[in-house]
Amino acid sequence: MIELAVGIFNGIGIGSVLLIAALGLAIVFGLMGVINLAHGELMMLGAYATFVVQNVFRDLDAGDGVFGLYIIVALPVAFLVSAIAGLILERGVIRFLYGRPLETLLATWGVSLILRQLVRSVNWLLTIAILLFCALFFGGMWLLRRRPNWEGMKGWAIAILLPLSLAIAGVAGWAMTGNAALARPWFGPRNLDVRTPPWLRGGFELGAYRLPYSRMFIIVLTILCLVGIYWFFNRSDWGLRIRSVTQNRNMSACLGIPTGTVDALTFALGSGLAGIAGCAITLLGSVGPNVGQNYIVDTFMVVVVGGVGNIFGAIIAALTIGVSTYLLGSGALARVFEDINSLQFVAEFLRFFTSTSMARVMVFALIIAFLQVKPSGIFPQKGRTAEL
Amino acid sequence: MQPSKQPPSAAKSRRSKWWLEPAIALGIAIAFAVIMPLFLPVFRLRLLGRFVALAIAALGIDLIWGYTGLLSLGHGIFFALGGYAFAMHLNLQLPEGQIPNFFSLYGVDELPWIWQPFYSLPITLISIVLIPAIVAGLLGYLVFRNRIKGVYFSILTQAALLVFFNFFNGQQELINGTNGLSTNRYEIFGVASGAPEAQLAFFQLSTVMVALVYLLCRWLTQGRFGRMLVAIRDDEVRARFAGYDPTGFKILVFAVSGAIAGIAGALFTVQTGLITPGFMEVPFSIEMVIWVAVGGRASLIGAIIGTLLVRSAQTFLSEWSPEAWLFFQGALFLIVVTVLPQGLYGWFRDWAIPKLRSRFGLQPRLVSYPDIDLNPDVQQEKDELEHLDG
Repeated sequence: MIELAVGIFNGIGIGSVLLIAALGLAIVFGLMGVINLAHGELMMLGAYATFVVQNVFRDLDAGDGVFGLYIIVALPVAFLVSAIAGLILERGVIRFLYGRPLETLLATWGVSLILRQLVRSVNWLLTIAILLFCALFFGGMWLLRRRPNWEGMKGWAIAILLPLSLAIAGVAGWAMTGNAALARPWFGPRNLDVRTPPWLRGGFELGAYRLPYSRMFIIVLTILCLVGIYWFFNRSDWGLRIRSVTQNRNMSACLGIPTGTVDALTFALGSGLAGIAGCAITLLGSVGPNVGQNYIVDTFMVVVVGGVGNIFGAIIAALTIGVSTYLLGSGALARVFEDINSLQFVAEFLRFFTSTSMARVMVFALIIAFLQVKPSGIFPQKGRTAEL
Repeated sequence: MQPSKQPPSAAKSRRSKWWLEPAIALGIAIAFAVIMPLFLPVFRLRLLGRFVALAIAALGIDLIWGYTGLLSLGHGIFFALGGYAFAMHLNLQLPEGQIPNFFSLYGVDELPWIWQPFYSLPITLISIVLIPAIVAGLLGYLVFRNRIKGVYFSILTQAALLVFFNFFNGQQELINGTNGLSTNRYEIFGVASGAPEAQLAFFQLSTVMVALVYLLCRWLTQGRFGRMLVAIRDDEVRARFAGYDPTGFKILVFAVSGAIAGIAGALFTVQTGLITPGFMEVPFSIEMVIWVAVGGRASLIGAIIGTLLVRSAQTFLSEWSPEAWLFFQGALFLIVVTVLPQGLYGWFRDWAIPKLRSRFGLQPRLVSYPDIDLNPDVQQEKDELEHLDG
């Protein structure tokens, strides 16, 4: 029985990582109907931000234990980095695609490809080239925008400025390739290890089992995030505006709520939560360009099972999926049935699914079965559409 | 729907010559299959053969995404199922009593029952089409029955993809897990399937298959069935309220699309010489969608052109620098979605060709008609009504 309890604890640990990751996704999906396939890459950015903060603290540390505090700084930094990336993504791409969910899906996938390759190959050279391009292109556009006949020449301006600044940035980057210090990648394609702070190593002994402190930290972090989200949505002005836009966008716009700003803010918030999730997963494993990909489908399943835009549903879904995946995958559930003689065939059946990948097969089958009963999740959105 | 642009007489004469288009498509395909080997070195030809096989899968995606509006992110499942079916058949081309080598690694002495049917070529050929179709139909039934649609459908197909990937990856004893099945060394009709002459035959077979699948899709998307697909894409609720049952259509078209992907997978596998669960990874399935998007949605020829273009660009750019290709691919997704929503074919059709015509002083084609009575569709309908009355 204690094994089952430990299994449930570990499952809740997995579930809470899923939950932080899915929270941002659920909020964004609920408000804007936008499926963000780059969400995993925003998590990755958060993880890399944590890695950088950790390096800074390691250099600062003079043996007085300052290093252990890096995670406290890394959380807001990861939040900010991902939130800013999300803001750029929303203003730069997604804003133009509202109401076309499938196109948004593809566009965000493109962004996720670019981000993954970016962290692999980013170096000073690339940074300089990108900054140069931005300065030339956006600066040029800003200068030209003041001309009285701007609307008429906009197309031509883009057609001339874009290749011109691309060419200048490219040539400048190419001219500097010889400089080895500039050309060295910051992170490279390999996985990097983030060292867990000393006070999160080890675990709480419980008989033959051990509950790792890092998992407890993640669970506490998730609870804090949930409380923060709850406070933000229910007690703050912008939370009220976000909720009203979620419920009825047109009516909110009529009442003077700046829906564009609300969209940008929500997207930044959701992305920031992805950053926190990224910070949390550095405690569980190494950081690599593909780290976000491991979570993305699971987080989507959380959103689908929970019901769109419903945070309470997301909590239940994440915990259920996390716990059932862990119990099936670790074989804890199979061992429970082994003790009961009459239920040997159940144990045999469950043993077939005892591995992380086979557990996913089983959980997906359960999800499909569940969706046959409740097609729009645990807590469906109530509405008056004719098709539901 | 765009109004048909031919005057009624032309539309009629085209209908009477129904064999013209199949003949042209097959003729082009055969010419392509005969001429290309004369120009290209063996290595490039094999590459082209693979691209052509992928174009078949793209046709399937166009059918389900371009015409029916269902974005499937899980076509890798069907692709890999077709590939595995053929690879299993090739792996069984051994002397009596032997089983493929890899089984000894996992201590399996007897051939698993799943493998038994693949001894026979006819059953294999049928199952290349049928297994993906059944899996797709089943998945479609479970999803569409509840009117799960749009993004939900995409996510569920993606999750299904992950499940199949995990399953194939984890089953070492059954299908060699991560390592997959190789086909190069095994014989088909007495020739090693990796040999140049067999590869040439596979290339030509792929080219002819593209034409056949294209014709199948043309036939499906014309007429009532095709209009029903477009109706589901544009407004499913109205289609349902008009008394049709979109669910059946969606399941059927998803199954057909899966079967097409299965054919593509089988042809691709024998030309690559290897099938692994890697074909069921998420990026590959999403990549298929971008081929269609680049070529032009809801225009079957666009899917073929898009696949060949994107895959060629990928080959050249990756040979130059693998990093550049990934950036380029990401940018391609963004550009196609924001600037070229109709793809290259749509851009040519709607913008470049009318522009060129006006440059040369030709009248731009009429898209709308000054009077409804001048609309060829209406006139044709009138003619038919009078004909009926008379």
